[in-house]
Amino acid sequence: MRFCVCIKQVPDLSAAVQTGRLVLNAYDASAVEEALVLTAAHGGSVDLVLVGPDSAKETIRKALAMGADSATHIQLADVADLDSYAVASILAEHLNGASYDVIAVGKQSQDTDAGLAGSMLAERLGWPYASNAVALAADSARGCLVVTRQGDSGQEILELTMPCVVTCSNDMNDPRIPSLRGIMDAKKKPVTDAAPASVAPGRPLTRVRSFEQVPPRDPGQILHGDPDDLVRQLVDRLGNEAKVF
Amino acid sequence: MSRILVYVATHEGRIRRASLEVLSHARLLAVASGRRVDAVLIDEDPSRFVEQVSLYGPSRIFKVAHPLFRTHLNAPLIAALHTAATVAGPSICAMASTESVKDVLGALAVRWDAAALPDVSTFSLEGDGVEVLRPVMAAKQFARVHSASPRVLVSVRSGSFDAVESPSAPEIVEVPFEFNGSDLGLVLKDIVKATGLTVDLSEARVVVAAGRGVKDAEGKRLVDDLAALFNGAVGASRAVVESGLFPATTQIGQTGKVVSPDLYFAVGISGAIQHVAGMVNSRVIVAINKDADAPIFKVATYGLVGDLYRILPPLITALKAAKAGA
Repeated sequence: MRFCVCIKQVPDLSAAVQTGRLVLNAYDASAVEEALVLTAAHGGSVDLVLVGPDSAKETIRKALAMGADSATHIQLADVADLDSYAVASILAEHLNGASYDVIAVGKQSQDTDAGLAGSMLAERLGWPYASNAVALAADSARGCLVVTRQGDSGQEILELTMPCVVTCSNDMNDPRIPSLRGIMDAKKKPVTDAAPASVAPGRPLTRVRSFEQVPPRDPGQILHGDPDDLVRQLVDRLGNEAKVF
Repeated sequence: MSRILVYVATHEGRIRRASLEVLSHARLLAVASGRRVDAVLIDEDPSRFVEQVSLYGPSRIFKVAHPLFRTHLNAPLIAALHTAATVAGPSICAMASTESVKDVLGALAVRWDAAALPDVSTFSLEGDGVEVLRPVMAAKQFARVHSASPRVLVSVRSGSFDAVESPSAPEIVEVPFEFNGSDLGLVLKDIVKATGLTVDLSEARVVVAAGRGVKDAEGKRLVDDLAALFNGAVGASRAVVESGLFPATTQIGQTGKVVSPDLYFAVGISGAIQHVAGMVNSRVIVAINKDADAPIFKVATYGLVGDLYRILPPLITALKAAKAGA
């Protein structure tokens, strides 16, 4: 199975204080992990593609250290103004005509939570796709990918004919931490720099005007006491202050 | 005349309430700006919902009928939405941000050649453009995003607006729809539903959510009992979904469902930012946790420091009595 995983460098949201540290998008890490598991079981290769500035090489090396085979770095210095449509257009131009069986992407980017690029890419390529996948299995004999996705009514189990696109949830797996050996090997793996074929068709259709702090919630009350006491205080406040009954 | 089209989603024989919230908001925007608002129903039998949708004031209701819409499958839904948008000719197409809509929004934007503004908490019209607020960075910030594209798709978080009736006598338009499902490269084999969940999380007025502090069947029963008392829905943090105690459909957070009920009980939930992102807009938040330093207390309206196994039984008894007396 030939996998291509599209990855993105994003802010580290798990840090208590934002220091500007950039990391591999957690959902993309799950996509890389799943591609590695499936190619280990069925044979094949895992290529990566990333759109971003030179400094995003660090993120490419991280995914290579997990075990991916090679990467293409579509060099674009300023990605701040790119929306999902622009990124998906650049990826589609790069991947059009490529001979992958599966293109895997994170289901959303942990900074914007937009969740658009995967299905935009599939539509541009004209490939079947499934989003929000929580499990993948390959049925090589029949040439299809069995996807379990979280939908509105439960878990939907789909068979996709390859080539296909799948967008991955982080509920799929726990991405491996690169080993020292993996980190050393990653330095020797091929990374091809490329320029976006053309930015014009990928012009952003949306523009972020500003970022605003979410207004903090009104400070709450911490109640103390033994369980019966706590319950009395809470029921009183729910009824008289919050008026929930 | 410029129009707004609202996709009114149906699910297992019912209209999704969040769709009516979006329709109500779109109607107010349309009235204020001299536009018209239309609705589209996509279902195996859309006629059964026409009367209810008419209560919310659309000037036309488009019906797209096909047996495939009994279950969700992305390819036919994209085709139906694209056909409806082409027939109705709106400049804006808005819809509730359900899992099914999240599945298709990007592909639909490409096919309809539209800008997409996903999962917004509000949207407004600005001249010919659309401006939205969307939570980003795990709901710690809002991004104010604008699009001047001639066609814009907007998906809206549930609970963002009130569903307000304003009955109309809409024109009913049947949209011819053919779909060949045989060469999609995509087959739905099965749907595995969680059992025993009767109340939809994204529509519940009261949500009782369990975290790592809920360790066993006894704790789960207490959570179920508390939810049942309010006819509320049961939710869960990622930890107890992974442990298998709660089904994946109940997961609340950045990865799971985003909820904003009237009353949210966080039971044994520490309050990781990924979880808080999915519930911080609840009106009243009650947190019960043994650890006084748990971050959930920072967003709680009422924080109870203590053992949930000792607090929930008397709480359930007391709430029963309080509700009976109310």
